[in-house]
Parts: sequence; structure tokens; C-alpha cells
Amino acid sequence: MPEWYSHPFFLLLPTAFFTLAIFSFLYKDNPMFKLAEHVFAGLSAGYYFGLIWQSVIRQQVWMPLTQDGQWSVLVPGVLGLLMFARFFPRIGWTTRLPLAFVIGSTAGIMFIQQLHGMVLPQVGRTLLPLDSLRNILIIVGVLTTLIYFYFSKPHTGTLGWIASVGIGFIMVAFGAHFGYTVMARVSLLIGRVQFLLVDWLGVAR
Amino acid sequence: MKSRLPVLVAFISGALMILAFFGRGTVVDAVSDRALTWQTIVGGFSLLLGAVSIARVHWKKVATRHEDRFYSLCLLICFVVMGGSGVFYGIGSGTLFDTLFQRIQAPMMSTMFSVLAFFIASAAYRAFRARSASSAILLVAAVLVMLGRIPMGQYIYHGLPSWADWIMTVPSMAVQRGILIGAALGAASMSLRIILGIERTYLGRG
Repeated sequence: MPEWYSHPFFLLLPTAFFTLAIFSFLYKDNPMFKLAEHVFAGLSAGYYFGLIWQSVIRQQVWMPLTQDGQWSVLVPGVLGLLMFARFFPRIGWTTRLPLAFVIGSTAGIMFIQQLHGMVLPQVGRTLLPLDSLRNILIIVGVLTTLIYFYFSKPHTGTLGWIASVGIGFIMVAFGAHFGYTVMARVSLLIGRVQFLLVDWLGVAR
Repeated sequence: MKSRLPVLVAFISGALMILAFFGRGTVVDAVSDRALTWQTIVGGFSLLLGAVSIARVHWKKVATRHEDRFYSLCLLICFVVMGGSGVFYGIGSGTLFDTLFQRIQAPMMSTMFSVLAFFIASAAYRAFRARSASSAILLVAAVLVMLGRIPMGQYIYHGLPSWADWIMTVPSMAVQRGILIGAALGAASMSLRIILGIERTYLGRG
């Protein structure tokens, strides 16, 4: 391998090229960005294809079937293949069977998970003694937020007043989360700029 | 047949999962465990379907000589190289699949998200103009949290980090809790509608 090839500038050139191509969108939509966008989409689709092939089809269907003789894996295997029936109009409706199985079982899991794992614990943690300002604010915040998202009655009169208190709490929470999101994105930007200036070009330390 | 059978499948699989919760250690629990594995497998196939659908759409663009066919061709090449390397040479550390992910895909993903910093800045300008009491509250909360979470914040005022902590652990947490309770109740009722066959939009038309 020629020596120049091992220089970080050339080693990191593809990464740097695509980084700059994506940043070029800040000027306007352009062919370089479009190329980067399609490369990213292709790699992502290929990534999931490879990942699912190895971790699901090979490890959970093919190997149990051929090595352990578990014939029962043929059922989800066939159901999974039926997903592709949508490409053939005559048997297209059979794609509903695996879909119904996945959606039905997910609904069953969600029903228990949401009520037992989310609603009851969250309600339990909200039932606090009214002995401090912190506890009072948490109870008021939870109740007014719930009332703000209750749209079955118009927000007028007392309900409207309570909902407006809820808006106040919601604005504080959204502001805080917006601040967090800004910081997360800016730290990613700093990381990319560091990559370009330190790792790739080596003009800064 | 075309719609009754899928509704029946959804009912049986959904009811089985609910019954398994009340019958820990019984045969229902064992069957639901098996059904969970099957769900992972079928769900995996649906992800494959998504990847194949993307490839089909772009293959059509190339075949019909669409004006964006060059980009579609690039997408297809990347899909085949990445997917093919994963299928034929594995996905472990040091493989071509892993190298492409570490060197190209992961940096591109973080660059995509970092670009959002600029759009968030312009959105912040519009949202944070204190034109009403609500937007003023939003502005103050965001500024306090951002200043409280950076080292410079405590040089401006030493109490800023604890103010930011208070915002996160009291009003923000209360709102999150309210939203979580509301969303969970909504998800539970939607699940029940699906299991009972009242909600059938996932079946599509026909």
C-alpha cells in the first residue's frame, strides 16, 4: 500500500466529503447534498437488511431449523414471507395475516405494559403528601397538564382557567426540553467541526 | 375471509398476551413466550420488506430513466454493497459492513442531526420572541436550562445549575408525567380497540 494512502487526510476523505456535502445544504439544496442524502438512505436500508438477515433470519429461523430441527420456526418464517405477498396482487390480501399477528400481539403487550407499567406507577408517584411546595407543584402540574389535554369539553370558565395554568407548566417543560435539544444538536455540530479541523485537516488541536 | 381471518388472528394473539400476564408460569405464559419470539421474527421480515420497497422504488426510477436516476443508482449501489456485505461476510467487528457503518453511515447520521442545530437556531428566534406570557415562560425556562447546564453558567451566577435542576425535576417532570399518563391511557384504549376488532385501519382497503 503506498505511504500517502495511510495519511489521515486520504483515509478520512470519504467521511469528510460526505460531512461537507451534508453541510452544503445550509447554503441551499444542491447535487452534492442530494448525493449524500441518497448514499445515506442506501447505506441505512442496506444496514437494516444485513442486520435483520444475520440476527433474525439466520440466527432465529435458519439455524434453529437446520441445526436444532425446530420445525415450529417455519410458522413465523412463512408468516414473514407473506409480508412480501403485497407485491403479487392475487394473493396480496394474505399480507394482512402477519400484519394482524404483529399488531394484535403488540396491542396485547401494550395494553398491559401501558396500564401496569406506566399509568399505575406514574399515578402512584403523583399521590404525594401535601407537605412541601415541591409536592404541591408536582400534583398541580400533573393535574393541570392532564386537564389541558382533555378536549371533550370546551376550555371555558373554570376548566379554561385550570387549562391556562396547565399551559404555564407545559411552556416551562417545553422550554427546558427545547434548551436540551439545542444543546444536544450543538454538541453534535462541535463534534463534526472537530472531526473536520482536528482529525481530518489537522489544523487545530 | 379476507378481513375476518386477520381480525381473528389479531384478537387471538392480543388476548393471549393479556392472558399471559394473569397466568404467569402456566401454559398460556409459555405459549405467549413463543409468540413473542415469533413476533420478533415476523417484525424482522417487515423491516426487510421496508428495505426491499426502497430498493424497488429506486430501481423503477432507474428503469424508467427518471431525471433523478443517477441518485437512485447511487442509492441502489450503496444498498447492495452494505446489505450484501452484511449477508455474505457477516456484521461483526472489522467486517466491511462494520467499517462502512463506522466510517460513513454513523458520521453522516451525526452530521444530519448537527445540521438541525442551525434550523433549531432559526426556530428558536421565532419561538423565543417574548410576544406573550407563554412564549416568555418558554424563553426563560430554555435560557435557564441551557445556562445551567454549561460550565459558564455557574460563573454568571453560582445558583444557575440548581435552578436548572429544579426546572427539570419539578415543573418539567410534572408535565412529562401528565403527558405520559394521557398517552398511556390513549395507547391502552387503542390496543383494546385493535384486539376487539373495532379498529381495522391497519388492514388497509379492500
